[in-house]
Amino acid sequence: MSKAQDTMLYLNGVSVAFDGFKAINNLSIIVGPAEMLAIIGPNGAGKTTMMDIITGKTRPDAGDVLFDGRTDLTRLDEAAIANLGIGRKFQKPTVFESHTVWDNLELALKKPRGIFPTLFYAADAPDTARIAAILDQVRLSHRRHELAANLSHGQKQWLEIGMLLAQDPKLLLVDEPVAGMTDSETEETAKLLRDIAGTRSVVVVEHDMSFVRELGSRVVCLAEGAVLAEGSLDQVSANPLVIERYLGR
Amino acid sequence: MLTQALFRALDRKAIWLIGIFLAVAILVPMANLLIPPGQFGHVPTYLVSLLGKYLSYAILALALDLVWGYCGILSLGHGAFFALGGYAMGMYLMRQIGSRGVYGNPVLPDFMVFLNWRDLPWYWLGFDNFWFAMAMVLFVPGLLAFLFGFFAFRSRVTGVYLSIMTQAMTFALLLAFFRNDMGFGGNNGLTDFKDILGGPIQAQTTRAALFAATAIALALSVLVCSGIVNSKLGKVMIAVRDAESRTRFLGYRVEYVKLFAFTVSAIMAGIAGALYVPQVGIINPGEFDPANSIEIVIWTALGGRGTLVGPIIGAIVVNLGKSWFTTTLPELWLFALGALFVCSTLFLPKGIVGLWHQVFGRRQKPIGAAPTQSSDIEKGEDAASLSGNPQPKPAE
Ligand SMILES: Nc1ncnc2c1ncn2[C@@H]1O[C@H](COP(=O)(O)OP(=O)(O)OP(=O)(O)O)[C@@H](O)[C@H]1O
Ligand SMILES: [Mg+2]
Repeated sequence: MSKAQDTMLYLNGVSVAFDGFKAINNLSIIVGPAEMLAIIGPNGAGKTTMMDIITGKTRPDAGDVLFDGRTDLTRLDEAAIANLGIGRKFQKPTVFESHTVWDNLELALKKPRGIFPTLFYAADAPDTARIAAILDQVRLSHRRHELAANLSHGQKQWLEIGMLLAQDPKLLLVDEPVAGMTDSETEETAKLLRDIAGTRSVVVVEHDMSFVRELGSRVVCLAEGAVLAEGSLDQVSANPLVIERYLGR
Repeated sequence: MLTQALFRALDRKAIWLIGIFLAVAILVPMANLLIPPGQFGHVPTYLVSLLGKYLSYAILALALDLVWGYCGILSLGHGAFFALGGYAMGMYLMRQIGSRGVYGNPVLPDFMVFLNWRDLPWYWLGFDNFWFAMAMVLFVPGLLAFLFGFFAFRSRVTGVYLSIMTQAMTFALLLAFFRNDMGFGGNNGLTDFKDILGGPIQAQTTRAALFAATAIALALSVLVCSGIVNSKLGKVMIAVRDAESRTRFLGYRVEYVKLFAFTVSAIMAGIAGALYVPQVGIINPGEFDPANSIEIVIWTALGGRGTLVGPIIGAIVVNLGKSWFTTTLPELWLFALGALFVCSTLFLPKGIVGLWHQVFGRRQKPIGAAPTQSSDIEKGEDAASLSGNPQPKPAE
């Protein structure tokens, strides 16, 4: 277990099968505190499934999943894991469409989640300031009173990133954040994620190689549920296996 | 904290609704008691009780809307909570009969004497006290809903499966209450009431007072529901309705949110039942009929779920229709009800309230907007479209 100490996320020998199909196969990945890790890999490689396992949506058949060097995530449910400080952005942006942009952020804001604190919650000045700051950061200030349903795809992505920020997590799992964004928006997102990674751990899954390059982080390439290659983007993309199984396609 | 919550509860719409029902609570009894029969403006006593019955149905529909319209739990068993509240009230009223029953037994209700019972069963003890009975009106439906919800929501039973379970619950209670040895009067239920709080139950003043109590209870229900749905918890409920698993990943315990809404709603339904029984003069197992629970869903759907005023309008309008039909064309009522439901599902997905907003061009309040999203993480969880749920669903 000594290897797990001082890590933010520690996956060791994790496997999961769906009806006999091994979606994750003996996967081991480590993310340190305030480290950013980019994950690439072909469709169906198991990237999203890996996030499902970390966030408690899917239970692994085998392996260790530890958070912050000690907490066994395989024993906890989604809400408990979220409250530990793990935030997730979904591959398909999922925001609360019949709520306003502001309310989406208010719901995500790190606050007691119990029934009665929620029932009697009233936003105080620091809360409003925090939400306003996040709105600025994700450039949705001008749409704060609109229903989330009326946002464009890219704006929903931003809103979901904003919700992640509001949650103030220690570990962020970000699944394909720039799908549907323009080039300049993509650049902004990379910058934002780099800023966040200054203080927290971030795992980003993305197919967009120029975006991954901008992140400038360590890269892991997954294929068939296991690590195919690992290192800097240049090292990974020069790897013949990666070229054959992913980039060359 | 509480004052803030109260302030939030009293938004403009709620103030209007509460104001209307408080005014009705005063005006209708006055028109009944102060204006002599035959003069313009007099409201006959039978009409007072009929209106009181409608208002108790309105409380029931509002209760259903809290779980269905706001939290996405389609309960097809809310009639059970209503009936349990009604039985608790009925038990109090039975004990008030005293020795005036046919058999003249000072303690035992007639049906127990008829069954040759010697003693009052333990669960009838205390019901001679009004306040104990009223506590049971809240406690029994609340406890049943809490236990049912605790197991159902913790096991993540959702959609049609949950609806079927609620239906099975009310059906099981129907069968149980039909049995004579349950001690609730079997088939005949509880009736022939004499007094309530010392006043003769048939008296004009009692009827007027019961009506006023119902209208005030409806106003209070609006206040409570408005307080809940306008709070952050209300937003969480809507989040659960629209994207349950997303809400979990934000760290909310969805099962507790649902349990809270379900229990509060069941208590409201119990209160509605307790107000209903003295005004109609009888409670029998027929109130547990699954068809009754489905009717509540129709009122709410027709009025407009996810709004506070919608279910109230729906309950009153449908029951006015029912009263009219059952006196003029009784055999057609069920067909009319079915047609109403089909039409409202097809043409009025947001109910009468939605139509109002459409016609008068005002955008519906975001909070009541029907969900249009169905995300990939929700797949398989939302079987609402199978359960006659009028919300629009995008193709997947
Ligand atoms: N709940 C599930 N039941 C059955 N099969 C599943 C389930 N979840 C994922 N899979 C399968 O596991 C494999 C990995 O899927 P996953 O979504 O993790 O891939 P991915 O790497 O995220 O791909 P993409 O780049 O397309 O998003 C796929 O073949 C998928 O069909
Ligand atoms: Mg994926």
